[in-house]
Amino acid sequence: MAADVHKRKGWEVSNGSLMPADGQQTERSESPTPGLAQGMEPGAGQEGTMFVHTRSYEDLTSPEDGDIASKSPEEGPEERAEQTSMEQISKDFSELSTQLTGVALDLEEEMRPSQEDKTDLSPLVPQRDSVRSGKQEEDVTMDTWRMHQKHVFVLSEAGKPVYSRYGSEEALSSTMGVMMALVSFLEAEKNAIRSIHADGYKVVFVRRSPLVLVAVARTRQSEQEIAQELLYIYYQILSLLTWTQLNHIFLQKQNYDLRRLLAGSERITDNLLDLMARDPSFLMGAVRCLPMAAGLRDTVSSCLQQARAKSLVFSILLSRNQLVSLVRRKDQFLHPIDLHLLFNLISSSSSFREGEAWTPICLPKFNSSGFFHAHISYLEQDTDLCLLLVSTDREDFFPVSDCKRRFRERLGKRSVYHALQEALRTPFYSVSQVGIPDLRHFIYKSKSSGLFTSPEIEAPYVSEEEKQRLLELYQYMHSRAHNSSRPLKNIYFTGPHENLLAWVTSAFELYMCYSPLGTKAAAASTVNKLMKWIRREEDRLFILTPQTY
Amino acid sequence: MFKKNMAPRRMKQMGARSSTDGHFLQQAYIYKVVLLGGTTVGKSSIAFRYVKNDFKESMPTVGCSFFTQQVCLETATVKLEIWDTAGQEQYQSICHLYYRGAKAALLVYDITRKETFARAKLWLRELEKEFLHDEMVIILVGNKTDLADQREVTFEEAEEFAKIKSLMYMETSAKSNYQVTELFTAIAHELLKQEQQEDPGLQLRKNSCVDLQEPNGQTKKCCMS
Repeated sequence: MAADVHKRKGWEVSNGSLMPADGQQTERSESPTPGLAQGMEPGAGQEGTMFVHTRSYEDLTSPEDGDIASKSPEEGPEERAEQTSMEQISKDFSELSTQLTGVALDLEEEMRPSQEDKTDLSPLVPQRDSVRSGKQEEDVTMDTWRMHQKHVFVLSEAGKPVYSRYGSEEALSSTMGVMMALVSFLEAEKNAIRSIHADGYKVVFVRRSPLVLVAVARTRQSEQEIAQELLYIYYQILSLLTWTQLNHIFLQKQNYDLRRLLAGSERITDNLLDLMARDPSFLMGAVRCLPMAAGLRDTVSSCLQQARAKSLVFSILLSRNQLVSLVRRKDQFLHPIDLHLLFNLISSSSSFREGEAWTPICLPKFNSSGFFHAHISYLEQDTDLCLLLVSTDREDFFPVSDCKRRFRERLGKRSVYHALQEALRTPFYSVSQVGIPDLRHFIYKSKSSGLFTSPEIEAPYVSEEEKQRLLELYQYMHSRAHNSSRPLKNIYFTGPHENLLAWVTSAFELYMCYSPLGTKAAAASTVNKLMKWIRREEDRLFILTPQTY
Repeated sequence: MFKKNMAPRRMKQMGARSSTDGHFLQQAYIYKVVLLGGTTVGKSSIAFRYVKNDFKESMPTVGCSFFTQQVCLETATVKLEIWDTAGQEQYQSICHLYYRGAKAALLVYDITRKETFARAKLWLRELEKEFLHDEMVIILVGNKTDLADQREVTFEEAEEFAKIKSLMYMETSAKSNYQVTELFTAIAHELLKQEQQEDPGLQLRKNSCVDLQEPNGQTKKCCMS
């Protein structure tokens, strides 16, 4: 392991090849151990990585982008609150809750589904669609409005509504006023409000000047996770406006009504919230790849690599929020959060299916002060394959559009288009392929590549509620593992319907869901088998050789 | 490879160019057409109806969408490059990107919403700042005639305005496919008419600029022979 440790240092210095060119295969450990170094775990890229390197979940969530943390001088006392990192927000949250409400909620307690919750859940889920389509009409005084699992509000520092997930912003302006009053009240004391716990609700505040984001949730997520979701919403807003423009606007006019600028984009934010509630990518802070033969993926990547233009920074081929291939400019790395925002943008609008779209977009984790221009188009009318070309030059529509044509041509010439369509037909694999009888589902994330893999969710998780419950269990395991005051490496959770095992190391994260009949010892003994299977399949499940232009 | 593909685009600003398919019989013209107007007036629906001959409730456009469509007229084939812009205010600051170099603009409003008519007028003012009067064909489009019972802007009112400003004017319905194809055909006709009316001397100057990317570009010109 000494050699591994040494290499890990090398990893941190550069993003070059992590391993010596010869003997790669023997170096890649067969049965991973907790001491396995980053870059050696199954799924780790062999030639560097595609994403910004994030060592841990906390790393992902902390605002490392300097300009967001940096402050204009006139804001004085708020400075400290603004610079509060996500880690601090979630730190000692139970203590904070004691201060605010006098009730320290035990996580275990919360996890136990109460009778009340059960009855609430079932009628809620089907209702949501109808509610969403008539978003503006929803009456905020009605009980149905109160029953939502998670409300999200965005307001300006002047207390003006910017966004509400349910109900119209106008109707909620007084509620938002109260929220701002709470924030200001504690700020006057040189303090910052992070969360309120009461009556099964968590009210979580995230302050990103000039905006305040508030979630009122009845989900079993930790504050840390809810705050992380709020940050995603914040980044989503930045991706439309840039941080620079957002700040400029509010410097000019403190009580500006931001809804004017965001009109028409609410559905993108709505979609993001819905996606976060059902897609583990956001929880994992990682990207899922579409499983396909390594040879096929390499051919597609090289086609993508050859169809380049001067101004291109990233070429991304995706299908239904799964990554097929990503080619980037040398030395430029995409942050998983930025990629998630791009995925969300594409999945939130059917309008990209027609014609070619050319839109300014800010990738806030990459650079929150400027716009890229994204060319978005589907390869064919009725395929899910979507090509996303990110360019630095807004004038470059035609050269970039031509890249798409050339990429399409090359796919045809090398006759891989058909094989690609074939791969799309099986976007998920079955957990039974692993050959562990008691295993129902798992999530495995390679930390160094920022990619994760997970089989199809199968029986007994067939209904939407059951799928939701499984994700909630993962959320719970994740929050326990990443609790900043008491992080855990190994967790075995015995529930009434299933048993779960979580294993978090510096190189990977593994969450496994077993049938409730198995034992802890049996479960632990299968971990190695699963890891070996992932290692064997890694070139199909992950992108091991990311390409650059 | 890369440069070759760039070549035809370099002439974009000139509006029309001769066909590059070698033979000279018919000229092909390419024009940039831009759809402008407030939110949810039906810009994308008009484009979608015209290009795909279909209608569906569409989501707000993000940035802009690009379509091409050929129109075969008796004298020539005209290729329209249609830029469908987003009506949302967040994209207004960059909208000039989309209408720069355009030869025709469709100012779309919703006949059932008076304020969208006012918005179209604002767009006209914007365009007048950027373009000379004869540089661009502007057509005022009142959309959603299928909702005539909720009409707020009368045909006469809009026609009067169009007359004063010497714009073309048409009412359409993307939903019930009323006059959408006619709209674009009319634009193509008008663009072609302007092209042909142009002073031959001007034409000469236009087509005689040196294009380094085009080998023997001059031999392909047919209009000068």
